[in-house]
Amino acid sequence: MTATLTRRGVLAAGTALAAAPLAAPAIAQGAPLKIGVITTLSGPGGYLGADARDALLLAAEMNDGRLGGVPVQFLVEDDALRPAQGKQIAERFLRNERIRLFTGIIFSNVLGAAAPDVLDAGGVYVSCNAGPSNFAGRECRPNYFVISWQNDNLHESAGALANIMGYRRVFILAPNYQAGRDALTGFKRLFQGTVTNEVYTRLDQTDYAAEMAQIRAARPDAVYHFHPGGLGIAFIRQYAQAGLLGTIPQVLPAASMDVRTLAAVGDAAEGVDLSSHWNSDFDNEQNRRFVAAFRQKYNRIPTYYAQQAYDTALAIGAALRGAGGTVDNTDAFRTAMLRADFPSTRGNFRFGPNQHPIQDWFALKVERVGGQLALVTKRKILENHADAYAGQCRI
Amino acid sequence: MALLLEQLLNGVQLGVTLFLLAAGLTLVFGIMGVINLAHGSLYMIGAFAAAWVAAQTGSVLLALASGLAAAAAIGMAIEYVMLRRLYARDHLDQVLATFGLILFFNQGITILFGRQPLFVNLPEFLSGAVEILPGVPYPVYRLVIIAAGLLVALGLYVLIQRTRIGMLVRAGATHREMVRALGVDIRLLYTLVFGLGALLAGFAGVMAGPVYSVNVGMGEQILILTFVVVVIGGVGSIRGAMFGALLVGIVDTLLRAYVPGLLRGVMDASQADMLGAGLASMGVYLLMALVLLLKPRGLFPAHA
Repeated sequence: MTATLTRRGVLAAGTALAAAPLAAPAIAQGAPLKIGVITTLSGPGGYLGADARDALLLAAEMNDGRLGGVPVQFLVEDDALRPAQGKQIAERFLRNERIRLFTGIIFSNVLGAAAPDVLDAGGVYVSCNAGPSNFAGRECRPNYFVISWQNDNLHESAGALANIMGYRRVFILAPNYQAGRDALTGFKRLFQGTVTNEVYTRLDQTDYAAEMAQIRAARPDAVYHFHPGGLGIAFIRQYAQAGLLGTIPQVLPAASMDVRTLAAVGDAAEGVDLSSHWNSDFDNEQNRRFVAAFRQKYNRIPTYYAQQAYDTALAIGAALRGAGGTVDNTDAFRTAMLRADFPSTRGNFRFGPNQHPIQDWFALKVERVGGQLALVTKRKILENHADAYAGQCRI
Repeated sequence: MALLLEQLLNGVQLGVTLFLLAAGLTLVFGIMGVINLAHGSLYMIGAFAAAWVAAQTGSVLLALASGLAAAAAIGMAIEYVMLRRLYARDHLDQVLATFGLILFFNQGITILFGRQPLFVNLPEFLSGAVEILPGVPYPVYRLVIIAAGLLVALGLYVLIQRTRIGMLVRAGATHREMVRALGVDIRLLYTLVFGLGALLAGFAGVMAGPVYSVNVGMGEQILILTFVVVVIGGVGSIRGAMFGALLVGIVDTLLRAYVPGLLRGVMDASQADMLGAGLASMGVYLLMALVLLLKPRGLFPAHA
């Protein structure tokens, strides 16, 4: 609703401006820089996009509506996890709103459809979540930046965690789409044991009974599964109902167990091990400020989707500051962006040669803190970890 | 063998959930000639009402009752306010109007409950697993779903075949004008039939809540499979919906469980898994195409 209203408002304002004979000087008086936010706000993944949007808005609000000293305005639209819809929004933003700077996409399949349109039109895309492998290697693009992580990295860290936990035989599952395939590839890259089964579920699947039966029959040491948003809630609840919880432990990427999943899954999640690049309990100045502001404004703990979007806003701010407050000169914007001159909420952050992050990865565990279940950071798993595709990128 | 049995049970359980949805859809489709895309919204409404009441009161019975009541009441309201005006129009108008309802209800639920999925906790006595065979535990709740679905099927059969209301429903489907000429209030009958369909969809939603996550858009996820069931079973036929649903449920589950394994014999494991997953999700649509090829009006056409 907010998205539509904002858009209406903008259209109305645009009409009013066009009606006035002195439309051009309005820009000189500091009309805000428009940033297109295409994100998933409905369906099982709906809260992921809502968290990203809320964090973007928060970042601007904390700086009086400015990023890098430039007044900004976010135009938010829902892609409903449909690649075609994401592509349409991108085209409309480019053509009607003349937007040059985009972010917000959560799901890799939507990014795969929408981002090329933005880049081909000379725009800039700064990813706050999706980091599919096909954009990280040979097909990397100069105006495409990823602030979150290259998809494989999250799952490589889970593979490394499985090694540390001493699991030898692991049953792995992910939805059958770009990020799901990246997930299983990533997990297998660093996992040193045997993969007993490799199962692809559907991105719109709600019932995992067939998979539960297969897991029971395979008797692995542990189960690794990548199921973001509502998928993960359904999967883990059914895992508990099938009686697997007490017998086969899970080792998860952060996507399958964020704070919202945790709240919905409840007690069944206690003791689960997972890997992440960030957690709300990180003890650095920037993160404390972000988490406190987010909790105060929205009355909930931010997920990592929110954290990544917040970092994305900071990165955009730093790049805008370095590029003279516009995205008109994309070379200047790029040079400024690659300096990563912003204090990341995750601490250690810099860009690799393919404009994807090089960062540390951590083990988290679901534990009781003061009676409440929470994600608690335990140890560092990987340090200054880059992705496997960086070498193939020639920019 | 034990694994096959478990997968068959899973298939039957998916089947009865689909049946609850398909029964209402096929009744409305076959009897009133209305394509109701918003059927999935009624499923969502039932699930949300039950989840909310369960969270507030902790009572299973209250949750069940409110889920059913909300879905049936909203269903009848939709019929009374909107669909009534669309019976005489062509299918495109109906599709547009009911598609509009999907957007309306999705947005409404988002405003009321937010985008975060809800989850329903099962009561203690339903949450465990029983051993159906030595060494094969199966969730009690899924057995309850199967039993409830089969009971509803039996109840519907009795209602349609053995009662006066059922007779009117059948007559209304085939000889609408004649029924009206005999002095039956066909408009009231349609509202009741639509309410019954909505009630069944709501029941499916209530039952699905504790297994799946309750979220905005959950109805559209399952609606497509439900349409497949209706087409395979034959439009307007409750019996067709029953067999169609079981067929789709079992075929879908078994394909997902066994196709990757079979392909592994002939190709590299990770490729087999990826291809298998693709084939399995195509499976039910291939089944539908096959059925339509052999029996263009479905397995059990209502007015053959």
